[in-house]
Amino acid sequence: MSKIGLIITREYTTRVKKKSFIVMSIIGPLLFAAMFVLPAWLSSMGTTSKKHIAVIDETNKYDNVITDTESLKFTMLQSDKEQKIRSEYKDMGYDAYVVISDDLLKDPDAIKIYSDAPVTIDMKQHIKRDFEKYLEKEKLESFNIDGLDNIISNINNTTVHISTIKLGEHGSEEESSTELTMIVAIVFAMLIYFFVLMYGTQVMRGVVEEKTNRIIEVIISSVKPFQLMMGKIIGIAMVALTQFLLWVVFTIIIITGIKFALFPNGEMPTRMDDQIEMVQASGGQNANVAQNSDFADEFTKIMKKANSLDLLGSVLAFFFFFIGGYLLYAGLYAAVGAVIDNETDSQQFVMPIIMPLILSIYIAMVAFRAPDSDIAFWFSMIPFTSPIVMMARIPFQIPTWQVILSMAILVASFIFTTWFAGRIYRTGILMYGKKVTYKEIWKWFRYSGK
Amino acid sequence: MNFLEAKKVVKKFANHTALDKVDMEVPENSIYGLLGPNGAGKTTLIRIINQITGPDEGEILFNGRPLQPDDVHHIGYLPEERGLYKKMKVGEQALYLARLKGLTKNDALKKLKYWFEKFEIQEWWDKKVEELSKGMQQKIQFVVTILHEPKLLIFDEPFSGFDPINTNLLKEEILKLKEKGATILFSTHNMESVEELCDHITLINNSKTILHGAVDQIKQNFKDNIVELTFTGDESLLRSKLTEPFSLRNTINLNSHTKAFIELGDTGNINQLLKTLVNDIEINGLTELLPSMNDIFIKVVNESNQTGPADAIHA
Repeated sequence: MSKIGLIITREYTTRVKKKSFIVMSIIGPLLFAAMFVLPAWLSSMGTTSKKHIAVIDETNKYDNVITDTESLKFTMLQSDKEQKIRSEYKDMGYDAYVVISDDLLKDPDAIKIYSDAPVTIDMKQHIKRDFEKYLEKEKLESFNIDGLDNIISNINNTTVHISTIKLGEHGSEEESSTELTMIVAIVFAMLIYFFVLMYGTQVMRGVVEEKTNRIIEVIISSVKPFQLMMGKIIGIAMVALTQFLLWVVFTIIIITGIKFALFPNGEMPTRMDDQIEMVQASGGQNANVAQNSDFADEFTKIMKKANSLDLLGSVLAFFFFFIGGYLLYAGLYAAVGAVIDNETDSQQFVMPIIMPLILSIYIAMVAFRAPDSDIAFWFSMIPFTSPIVMMARIPFQIPTWQVILSMAILVASFIFTTWFAGRIYRTGILMYGKKVTYKEIWKWFRYSGK
Repeated sequence: MNFLEAKKVVKKFANHTALDKVDMEVPENSIYGLLGPNGAGKTTLIRIINQITGPDEGEILFNGRPLQPDDVHHIGYLPEERGLYKKMKVGEQALYLARLKGLTKNDALKKLKYWFEKFEIQEWWDKKVEELSKGMQQKIQFVVTILHEPKLLIFDEPFSGFDPINTNLLKEEILKLKEKGATILFSTHNMESVEELCDHITLINNSKTILHGAVDQIKQNFKDNIVELTFTGDESLLRSKLTEPFSLRNTINLNSHTKAFIELGDTGNINQLLKTLVNDIEINGLTELLPSMNDIFIKVVNESNQTGPADAIHA
């Protein structure tokens, strides 16, 4: 085996055998799953206690306007009891009380909620919605139109479902979903950010370890420093890819698990349908009480939509931009590791590397809302931000020449940074116990050229 | 024949010159001492021989021809700053380092087995390095350095971190390696071990060679021509007998005999001295006093620091 092969093998096997790697491989997909299950679980916890709210209507016009819900119960009280309620609502078993002091059509501010605990948005929204509906109706009625009830029920039945149809290359029509595309875009962008940061740091740690262990000189008497650096970078890249593949496999297993749990017996215990509603393009109705069969339908729909996205293309692009972005940064991380003596000194040199990464996440947030904007375009060409920003744009089917140009710039750039880092690396690894400045690094860089 | 030669090697760093036209000729199958105070440039020269860095000027000849990248397979290097991967298992690590030196997996395993048995350290194979003591780690390091049976061995301060027993073991192994035909370059501050092991030395100070040659010859050159004479008899008689070129430095009276330190002068020799004295006093013993390498080191380095760089003394 070639020397660089030996180095790659060592870097790979020692890391893959680590407990932390195995734990991460399992916990990653579980965390993803938890992201879906936890909110549902928490919200189901929250609805268990029912709130009693007193309503004091001084105008006596709004009897029974507010409807009860699963978690809210409203009681209309005589208006003369206001003083008593003010002081004793707690003792009377109410959690809050609402006072209507005037005709709301004349004074929209004449309604107030009093409570010693913060009022939840849900409760406020519920009361607001009920009143708005009622007042709307009242206004309409003031026009004295014949058959108004029929007209209103007719109007309320109007709904529009917008389906986005993506035109395939062969003229085929597939249903797609803008929201799902956005989620895919941001997930891929975040993954690149996360992987570059995590595995770049591992490269730096690896170099620092060799320096502090003083094994570096033993090794570079057998191999060239550049071989050692590249072996480490490639070995760790393979660890990252292994981790990613494991996550994909586990996630597929979990999704399949959900599928099986759904279709044979139709049981789905979580509020997953809400999540689906979110990503669905329809202006959906309140789906708090979802039918199990509905969920199965939605699940099928979402899988269909996911299929229509160019997921394969995105995954391939992910691999390319991950490897490119990682190589771009890994060399720099290796150079930082060579410059410092222990990890605690790393801060001042790591900052300039992390800054563009963090910037790219912000740009990516813009890019996946407006994938064709100028800012998204330019930052998907600049190599230090392109891997993340491009991943946020790719699911939106941007022009191919842009992807290829971005890839080419990225490749040229990582070749440059690796060369640049290699020169700093080979001097830095042999320097012990020296406080290093940027000026010094520049000297090494120029010196290595001789 | 010289196995390793440095020819007018120059290495400059940003702020100083580490090596200034340094020459070195290491005869085949010898133990060669590379000496000098801290910061003299020894480690830089060793790194150039190991091709860790390249010289700015001059060249290194290895086995009669210019040094080539593949020559690292024939060099074993034990650096002063040495260590192992702490979290890696001993066996795994030894195998890895051996294969980096170009051994095949099977060869490496076979040789490791031999050395681990020889040093009786087989039970360390599956231990992590961090579980071993420093001395144990040094042993592993030594085994790894010599495992690929290099023709040239470079030891930089090999005995630091070893207890006396292991130091002895190491010295024996180094001598055995020489018997088997290896050429050994040896850098140390420990002058005792230089006298014990080295055939030739080079002394570097302030980036320049200030002394080189065979150890015996250097000692001869630096001797003050003083002999230590042990005798029984009259000291004043001795005094009267010692005329030009001989002169008496001092004497020490012991119980039954006297020790006299006599300068032979420029023209005198031991035979003449004996002839002069043999009829008058009873001679118990006569030894020529040679300077220790330690004395020579201090003397030469101090002189060079005072007078500035002169031409190298060749012995």
